[in-house]
Amino acid sequence: MAPPPRHLLLVLLGFLAAASLATLAAAMYEDQVGLADWHQKYIGKVKQAVYHSQKSGRRRVVVLTEENVIASLDLRSGDIFWRHVIEKNDPVDQLSLSLGKYAVTLSSGGSILRAWNLPDGQMVWETNLEVSKLSKPLLHILSNNKVAKDNLVLVAAGRWIYAVSSIDGVIAWEKEFSLDGIEIKQVLQSPENDILYVVGIAGSSKLNLYQLNAKTGEVVKHIQESFPGALCGEALLVSRNVLVALDETRSGLFLIEIKGESISYNKVHLSDLVQDLSGTVKLLPLMSNGVIALQASSTLSLLKLKGIDGLEVIQTFEQPATLSDALTITEKDEAFAIVHHMGSEIEFIVKFTSDVSNEVIRENINIDQHRGNIEKVFLNNYIRTDKSHGFRALVVMEDHSLLLVQQGEVVWSREDGLASILDVITSELPVEKDGVSVANVEHNLFEWLKGHVLKLKGTLMLASADELVAIQALRLKSSEKNKMTRDHNGFRKLLIVLTKAGKVIALHTGDGRIIWSNLLPSLRASKSGEIPSALGIYQWQVPHHRVMRENPSILVVGRSGTDSSSPGVLSVLDSYSGEELNSLRFDHSVVQIIPLTLKDSSEQRLHLIVDSHSRAHLYPRSPDAINLFLHEMPNTYFYTVDIEKNVIRGHSLQRSCYLSFDDEYCFSTKELWSIIFPSDAERIAISETQKMNEVVHTQAKIIADQDVMYKYLSKNLVFVATLSPKATGEIGSAAPEEAWLVAYLIDAVTGRILHRVTHHGAQGPVHAVVSENWVVYHYFNLRAHRFEMAVIEIYDQSRADNKDVLKLILGKHNLSAPITSYTRPEVMVKSQSYFFTHSVKTMAVTQTAKGITSKQLLIGTIGDQVLALDKRFVDPRRSVNPTQQEKEEGLLPLTDSLPIIPMFYVTHSLQVEALRGIVSIPSRLESTTHVFTYGVDLFYTRLAPSRTYDSLTDEFSYALLLITIAALVAAIIFTWIWSEKKELSDKWR
Amino acid sequence: MEKGKGLARRWAVELYDASSSSSHSSVSDPPGFTRSGPDADDATGARQRKDSETAWKAQKAWEVAQAPFKNLMMMGFMMWMAGSTVHLFSIGITFSALWQPISALRSVGKVFEPFKDPRVDTLAPKLVFIALNLAAMGLGVFKLNTLGLLPTNASDWVSSLAPAQEVEYAGGGIPLH
Repeated sequence: MAPPPRHLLLVLLGFLAAASLATLAAAMYEDQVGLADWHQKYIGKVKQAVYHSQKSGRRRVVVLTEENVIASLDLRSGDIFWRHVIEKNDPVDQLSLSLGKYAVTLSSGGSILRAWNLPDGQMVWETNLEVSKLSKPLLHILSNNKVAKDNLVLVAAGRWIYAVSSIDGVIAWEKEFSLDGIEIKQVLQSPENDILYVVGIAGSSKLNLYQLNAKTGEVVKHIQESFPGALCGEALLVSRNVLVALDETRSGLFLIEIKGESISYNKVHLSDLVQDLSGTVKLLPLMSNGVIALQASSTLSLLKLKGIDGLEVIQTFEQPATLSDALTITEKDEAFAIVHHMGSEIEFIVKFTSDVSNEVIRENINIDQHRGNIEKVFLNNYIRTDKSHGFRALVVMEDHSLLLVQQGEVVWSREDGLASILDVITSELPVEKDGVSVANVEHNLFEWLKGHVLKLKGTLMLASADELVAIQALRLKSSEKNKMTRDHNGFRKLLIVLTKAGKVIALHTGDGRIIWSNLLPSLRASKSGEIPSALGIYQWQVPHHRVMRENPSILVVGRSGTDSSSPGVLSVLDSYSGEELNSLRFDHSVVQIIPLTLKDSSEQRLHLIVDSHSRAHLYPRSPDAINLFLHEMPNTYFYTVDIEKNVIRGHSLQRSCYLSFDDEYCFSTKELWSIIFPSDAERIAISETQKMNEVVHTQAKIIADQDVMYKYLSKNLVFVATLSPKATGEIGSAAPEEAWLVAYLIDAVTGRILHRVTHHGAQGPVHAVVSENWVVYHYFNLRAHRFEMAVIEIYDQSRADNKDVLKLILGKHNLSAPITSYTRPEVMVKSQSYFFTHSVKTMAVTQTAKGITSKQLLIGTIGDQVLALDKRFVDPRRSVNPTQQEKEEGLLPLTDSLPIIPMFYVTHSLQVEALRGIVSIPSRLESTTHVFTYGVDLFYTRLAPSRTYDSLTDEFSYALLLITIAALVAAIIFTWIWSEKKELSDKWR
Repeated sequence: MEKGKGLARRWAVELYDASSSSSHSSVSDPPGFTRSGPDADDATGARQRKDSETAWKAQKAWEVAQAPFKNLMMMGFMMWMAGSTVHLFSIGITFSALWQPISALRSVGKVFEPFKDPRVDTLAPKLVFIALNLAAMGLGVFKLNTLGLLPTNASDWVSSLAPAQEVEYAGGGIPLH
């Protein structure tokens, strides 16, 4: 029963909340930017880097990353000069520089060629090329020669080759090789004459060598040769007339020499040269002067060609080792770098191809152990003051970070793994230890006082312009928000993120700095070549009363391979330090991870991990956990939404598990129900449930006239949207008659469909968010040619009769009785839909500690911003003419579209490039919630959907309050003394 | 006010007695002064005075008993002025409207003490007084209700009722690929 004495307080609280909601937007002022929020820019894992030429005098590098970002970085500091995030459906494959003025990129499988202005990153031109899309495109920029005034950009893809002017993007010539199944492998330019050498492989064994006129594209010469064994497709033109190619088994190397019209070749068995050839052998793209590099899984070998008679091994490096591309130093000479690991250090070696046995530079560099192995290295040279060559290199590490090494030191590093966050959770910070006084934290009391006096001046509008600047600086670098201890309001937390590279990083919510990071050994690529993938991060142990002294810990689940049937891996990490406490390799795969609501005696949360054979495994493996779970097992179910098979299945768990050995932590499952959608009419598009940590304050909704509606609150409610097969494509691909969307509300325990509604003429993509008793989803309306947002609210009709006050006072009602899904629910559904201007990338809803504060929808818009829309706008009870009582309740009059007011943007003027996810985490203060948004960029802020009704704001002037109190106390003392004196003199009279 | 008058009267009588007794022995009566005259007058005068005092007391008691009525009217007017929305003014008025009758009822005995007299019937005025105060309190409660601060609706009892516990738990979703 609710305690009635709190009633008045709640009314007053509600009144305050209502008063604060009088102005709709909870926006902020200009000077509040950066007080609670921070924004970090990243680029992702670099896959190509090209340096500005020395002549331009700018120390910059242009990089292309796996997050589809082209960026120009400052070589001195690693800062971003400019950056473009290209759409995911237009993957950029190649990057090159032209004329020292443009960065040229090739994207979408070789079909789009763009040039970007180097200083400011503006696009200069774009050319669309027609190519067959399946091939790996090549981009080659002809070096400055006598062909034309401008450099030609050569694009080779499949059997097409294009030459494009780098000044205006006009196609100079194009050539399609008519040979069947030919794929161009390499394009090389002869240094002295205007001949292009084009190597293509047709079928699997026919090698074709074309010589083209660079001016016109005419075929000067064509040589074809069939090989006895098939080629694997990797071929390298070592010089103008010598070619090396791997055979199909990757165990033999063809050395091919072209002499005029004839081709002669020699086959070399690699096992004669290199001992260990396990794993996939690769030819590394290099080199000239007859130097080639071979990569096997355990070694990296440098080989020197001796004519076509044979090869000589110059040096072999143990893996992990990485080789850079060749860097032209002089006309005849090229330099390249090899980086390999030596214990905790890395060794950076630079060699010239003309003299491979000698080393120009050998430096040992200390690198943070949590960065893993070196994956890529990009070499660059500079001229020292004594005219000798100096070398620096950009190094890409296993955790996707980017480092610049020069003269044996790491000059700067960028933590670009944060551009590919997979999952986020939060952790509390340690409790503040005793004996840390205010003076200690604030450096000294005088500074503290000075700060407050400044603030007071600001409040009383006495501050000068300089002082105002000082005040703003004080506010921004307030040490309070960056402390490493827990605060009373729960504003300071750790955001623990899992990146694609398998690195776990903890960020402080105060300023976004990295507290700790750990590249999990279990998620690192092993020598056997399997690439593990990280799946998710979960709360493992959140200590409360009994085990308060222990540190909280988190669970990271991954797979040891990319295949869904590969065995899973598990790591438990300490959330304060990031140390790995426990690591486990499963003997089963991971298909689903289900955190349960149960916790064992040491506060470890129980997790069920379902494998590909639909067996459930319980973690942690402790007798305590199994006892607890067996008790709850009859009431535990799980469901799978199979998008491929278009079916939803519900399962129950059974004690026994049919394995070869006895495992009491393994449970078999039994299918209870299934919902099969007809594939020709409906395809599952999306499935959403409530967030597990969501707290709901009350089951009643008070509407106008003091009436009560009871919400249908169930954690097992699943929202599933299906689309007609034609509606799943791009917008415009289907006519309104053949596109529809069906929204389902399903009980996941029994499989009962609680509600079903069809939207005709609706098309995907669908985005949805489920919270409390409502669902909001977003789709495209083909008839109206606009995006739409629909809301469904679901109410429990079987409880609606609980309206007798006397019974409620006496507690004679069934509202608190536990509910089961097996009683037939009578639900009442209200729904409405509205037009919405934006296309949406992702949706979330604010979460608060007790669920009292009103909710806001957090909408990630196509412009990479986050829009906070009050839930009041998507209330299905809105009507065109609300009654007086409804108006008092705060119901807005119905409009056909949802308003977007610029002040609704929580990201204000910033953009979170390539926005992927929004997470809302409650703080301890009921009114406030943390919002963390990630994509290529990161953005964090705190939101108060109903304003901060339960605390004083940061702007509150404590100094003013103190002065007022002091003045009042002084006045009281003075008047008291005065009255005493007066009384005394009265008595003497 | 009434209390003060009563005291003054009693004190005057004492002064009269003291002066008469003290002057009686040492100082002779002035010429032309007869002691008996006033004494005889006093006996009838005292009865008359007592009668009028009783009547006066009863009248005053009734006046006191009816005083809350004026208050009631004024309160009613103030409440009407305050309106039916919750804000500082209306809450203040409502609470004072509740508090005044309660404090008056608590001091019923004290209010009617000056009129305590075996010959004066204070029961009826007391009852009227109590009834009027109860009416004032009723008005206050009524006002409280119109402000919506009385838990008379079902909504008041379930507005913070926590959601019922669920027996089953189902997890899952789209399998990880």
